[in-house]
Amino acid sequence: MSFLEVRDVHKSYGDTEVLKGVSLEVARHEVVCLIGASGSGKSTLLRCINALEPISAGDIRVDGDVVSGRGVDVNRLRRNVGMVFQSYNLFPHMTVLRNITVAPTKVGGIGRDEAEQRALGLLDRVGMKDRALSYPDALSGGQQQRVAIVRALASDPQVLLLDEITAALDPELVGDVLAIVRELAQDGLTMLLATHEMGFAREVASQVCFLHQGRILERGTPAQVFEDPQQDRTRQFLARVLTAGRL
Amino acid sequence: MSGTLATAAAPEAAAGREHTAPAPVWPAAVLSLVLTALAAVAGLAALASLHGLIGHTGAVAGTLLVLLGAVMLLPVLFPLNALRSGRRRGALLATGDLTGARAAASVGREQAHTGLGYALAVIIAAMLLAFATTNDGAISKTFLRGKFIEEAWRNVTKAFLVNVEVAVGAQVCVLVVGLLIAVMRLLPGPAGRPLRLIAILYVDVFRAIPSIIVLYLVGFGLSLAQVPVVKDLSPMWLAIMALTLTYSGYVAEVYRAGIESIHPSQWSAARSLGLSYGMTLRTVIIPQAVRRIVPPLLNDFVGLQKDTALIGVMGVTDAFTQARLTASNVFNLSPVIVVAALFVVITIPQARFVDRLLAREQNRTGRSA
Repeated sequence: MSFLEVRDVHKSYGDTEVLKGVSLEVARHEVVCLIGASGSGKSTLLRCINALEPISAGDIRVDGDVVSGRGVDVNRLRRNVGMVFQSYNLFPHMTVLRNITVAPTKVGGIGRDEAEQRALGLLDRVGMKDRALSYPDALSGGQQQRVAIVRALASDPQVLLLDEITAALDPELVGDVLAIVRELAQDGLTMLLATHEMGFAREVASQVCFLHQGRILERGTPAQVFEDPQQDRTRQFLARVLTAGRL
Repeated sequence: MSGTLATAAAPEAAAGREHTAPAPVWPAAVLSLVLTALAAVAGLAALASLHGLIGHTGAVAGTLLVLLGAVMLLPVLFPLNALRSGRRRGALLATGDLTGARAAASVGREQAHTGLGYALAVIIAAMLLAFATTNDGAISKTFLRGKFIEEAWRNVTKAFLVNVEVAVGAQVCVLVVGLLIAVMRLLPGPAGRPLRLIAILYVDVFRAIPSIIVLYLVGFGLSLAQVPVVKDLSPMWLAIMALTLTYSGYVAEVYRAGIESIHPSQWSAARSLGLSYGMTLRTVIIPQAVRRIVPPLLNDFVGLQKDTALIGVMGVTDAFTQARLTASNVFNLSPVIVVAALFVVITIPQARFVDRLLAREQNRTGRSA
């Protein structure tokens, strides 16, 4: 029984249809990677799953419960579904610690002391404990992204959505962030990630989906998709990635 | 001087070489010399007129006048320096040192331009001084009579406390009401629509009506109509109310601009963490917006402070009313100058305070921009 189900989801911005019937299933403890060119709909799909964008048709279920459409408690949904963004989106007017504790204390009903203890523990895991009282602007991109991951984890989400979280980072900072994601995958956290890091996708993914113009053209294990792609589009995409030196 | 420079520059320009000789300094230097001399003459003439007005000059005033005269002569030094640099440029050019000549010419031109700048400043100062001493000093006697200033300043300053109280009271109210209207205007969805419309109407109406008319209507109308509660308020509270009505419109727009300037990704991040719309606004968006709107907010607050000079129309004795009373008694406007000075004195520290707040904010968040 899959934990996250996306069924025939359509999404339009005005006249442009960005998602043209996407279906996807993610089982518990699975890591699913979305690959595809810019504009193929990877980010939109993630934003729809987190209800940051309303969908035009289809439905999305988390743990068997429909979470798209009217009458859904989006705030409760989002506590179960964490999200990390490409440009970190930390709150610049709060310290690292406050960034992490704001959601648990304001909506999670956890006391401030307890939330801070937990936040410090998580920060320690990603090697950022000594920067707890810094402001985001004083951190490097890689450090900010590590804090953003911790912030999403602090609400104890059951599934984590990662939207090209290394795309805005300098190449030498990518490794630190990916190491954390790898560790989370080993811990069994359910994750759905859009990424351009093909090598990483191949290593951590249990399922890879290739999106092209709003549709999932091909899906399978990393070995199937990367080594024996069935579709011409997938082959072309992988060839371009290969010549760009990203695989 | 010009002849030798022209011949030195010409062949190189003709050859189209990259290393052309620097343009001569003397035209700028001569213009600068003429203007600084003119400025000195104008300044000394104005000082002479001031001296004639004061008549018997004491030791202190005498020394001051001489010092001022010296200051007005000083700009002449710049074009003289420029001419010297021009000669140096010629000498270096003759030895073939192009780089040195360019540097000398650059220094000379800068000196000449600096002289021009100071000359214009001295001319402006001289004109103001001439204006103040004209007509046998009628201007300064009308506006700056020491005796009347001394007589009036105690009463006027005491009355100015009313202006300060009204300003501070209205500013506090405006901060709250303005934010409420801004949030109302940003309410989402069909449920928020009627409130959005009311907020837009409010801003449109109260930004359009001159504050003196609002003061007049609130000051007399509400007590005339026997509006419950309001009719028993003191005129000062009515003044605070009227100014709050007017300035909340402006400040609501400042808040709105600040809130809308926060990048949508901040909304995404906060909402993705499970924060509700209101909670996101309160803990993430408004705190960031407020930091950005401090300078434009101060602008509106200074405007509000100045408008407290209008509350006389509703029968509150403020500093301006007090000053006008005194002024009409002595038939001289010096007391009114006291009010003007008081407004300047309370506004400047606020501007510096905001500068400091901004600097501290930048240090704290480590932002360089």
